[in-house]
Amino acid sequence: MAVTQLSVFLENRPGMLDKTVAAITAAGINIRALSLADTKDFGILRMIVSDIEKTKAAVSGDTVIKETHVIAIGMDDKSGALNNILRILSADGINIEYVYAFTGAVRGKAYVVLRVDDVGHAEKTLSANGIETLSDCDIKEFLE
Amino acid sequence: MEKYYQPEIETASYEEIRRIQNEKIVKQVRYVYDNVPYYRNLMDKKGVKPDDIKSVDDIKKLPFLSKDDLREAYPYGLLGTDLKNVVRIHSTSGTTGKRVVAFYTQHDIDLWEDCCARAIVAAGGSDEDVCQVCYGYGLFTGGSGLHGGSHKVGCMTLPMSSGNTDRQIQFMMDLGSTILCCTPSYAAYIGESLAEKGYKPEDNKLKAGIFGAEPWTEEMRQGIEKSLGIKAYDIYGLTETSGPGVAFECSEQTGMHINEDHFYAEIIDPETGEVLPEGSKGELVFTSLDKEGFPLLRYRTKDICILSRKKCSCGRTHIKMTKPLGRSDDMMIIRGVNVFPSQIETVLLKEGFPPNYQIVVDRVNNNDTFDIYVECPPELFSDKVAEMQNHEKNLNAAMRSMLGIGPKIHLVAPKSIERSEGKAVRVIDKRKLH
Repeated sequence: MAVTQLSVFLENRPGMLDKTVAAITAAGINIRALSLADTKDFGILRMIVSDIEKTKAAVSGDTVIKETHVIAIGMDDKSGALNNILRILSADGINIEYVYAFTGAVRGKAYVVLRVDDVGHAEKTLSANGIETLSDCDIKEFLE
Repeated sequence: MEKYYQPEIETASYEEIRRIQNEKIVKQVRYVYDNVPYYRNLMDKKGVKPDDIKSVDDIKKLPFLSKDDLREAYPYGLLGTDLKNVVRIHSTSGTTGKRVVAFYTQHDIDLWEDCCARAIVAAGGSDEDVCQVCYGYGLFTGGSGLHGGSHKVGCMTLPMSSGNTDRQIQFMMDLGSTILCCTPSYAAYIGESLAEKGYKPEDNKLKAGIFGAEPWTEEMRQGIEKSLGIKAYDIYGLTETSGPGVAFECSEQTGMHINEDHFYAEIIDPETGEVLPEGSKGELVFTSLDKEGFPLLRYRTKDICILSRKKCSCGRTHIKMTKPLGRSDDMMIIRGVNVFPSQIETVLLKEGFPPNYQIVVDRVNNNDTFDIYVECPPELFSDKVAEMQNHEKNLNAAMRSMLGIGPKIHLVAPKSIERSEGKAVRVIDKRKLH
């Protein structure tokens, strides 16, 4: 039930993010969520987009783009909601590589994206604790 | 008053030098023909017999040796004597593909150390001096060569080896070093470190420095001379011919006297191999005249320079060479280490990277910077920063083990490295060395 995230390699110099986002825009794609990790030399742009294939086609001529499965969870937009999820994962010894969150698609709801090594395992743990994870279809519906 | 380590030979007349060279070359060619099957083969193929070489004028009849020959003959193919006569080896810096191992008998060590002693005396050294050697010791020839020369002169020798600048400075100040031997970039670095510690140039006892193993400019010389309060002398050599001391600078500082009684120098056209007259710019070729362990005849150095027999004010009569003005191959010298782009390519391919790269070398504050930009292949791309940084770290380690020095690795986007007329520009050397 994981969600597909696209990661794009960006050189760390002025204009690179602009160039990539412009290419995605030109292809008529909406970026639902994004986070940018950066080092001294390069950045990694991670996105959840409205159309995976179109995005890949728009970007792959200029740089490397890669699909990764991540966990996305819808939760109440209130204090302690994220903490609850993290507590469940850490109790089961699941390491989170990175996380980003966004709000606003549905009033009162927030969404968190989690990158873990074993998506299946994390989903089972969450599900056992009554937390549902979203699929690519859910993302499409929820965020439309 | 100019002093010489071996005045008879260093100031001998041209005729006398010729006489010595002619005598030695006849013996050396016969020796090599009898003891080095690899070179005998080359001579036979060219139809040259030892009897054809009657004087140094006949050297041009001999076949060349190149780095490729040395690689092909590795490890023992060019050894000139029984192993029981060999007392030491040295080797060029850290490469698998291009490693050169040179062999030395005690006789070879002696003549090499004599050459280094001549350089130290030419820089004003005597048994009154304290000579701090901070070239690397070990396989590299720099440390051992100057160390041996310093012993012969009778200096108190500080076998510091390279690195640990705080300790270098402590010994220098506490023991009153008067002569410093290291790479010019390290000398510049020591100068800066002294200034940072609040020392003025006149606070140290140094009077001279003997700097080599990497290209340096006249501006750099002036900077070092000012920051250390010394006179800075250049020294030239290569492992293939023995090490530093093949040629050295005197007080005139207008080129390096080649120790012609041991090494015969020619300048050739690198394209045709034709010997060029004195004063022409071309590739420097050395023939050892009296070596036993690793007696190379007509070894092509790939260094481009000019020879001159103009009278020198120091009284030495040996022919002078300019600093190398360039290379006839793509070798770079970075922080004193020889680096070929082909080695970098080998490592990239082995580590799963495409051979799309660019080497950028620069000199910042008198130290070489060494950056490699390499295109990140899709297979290695990860959404995890740590994984990407691991790729850079591993590649740096692989480069370090191949080259002996570690470049800074920068991953860049595929196809982002500039290509000119379909061919990528592999090396950007921003240092103004020549």
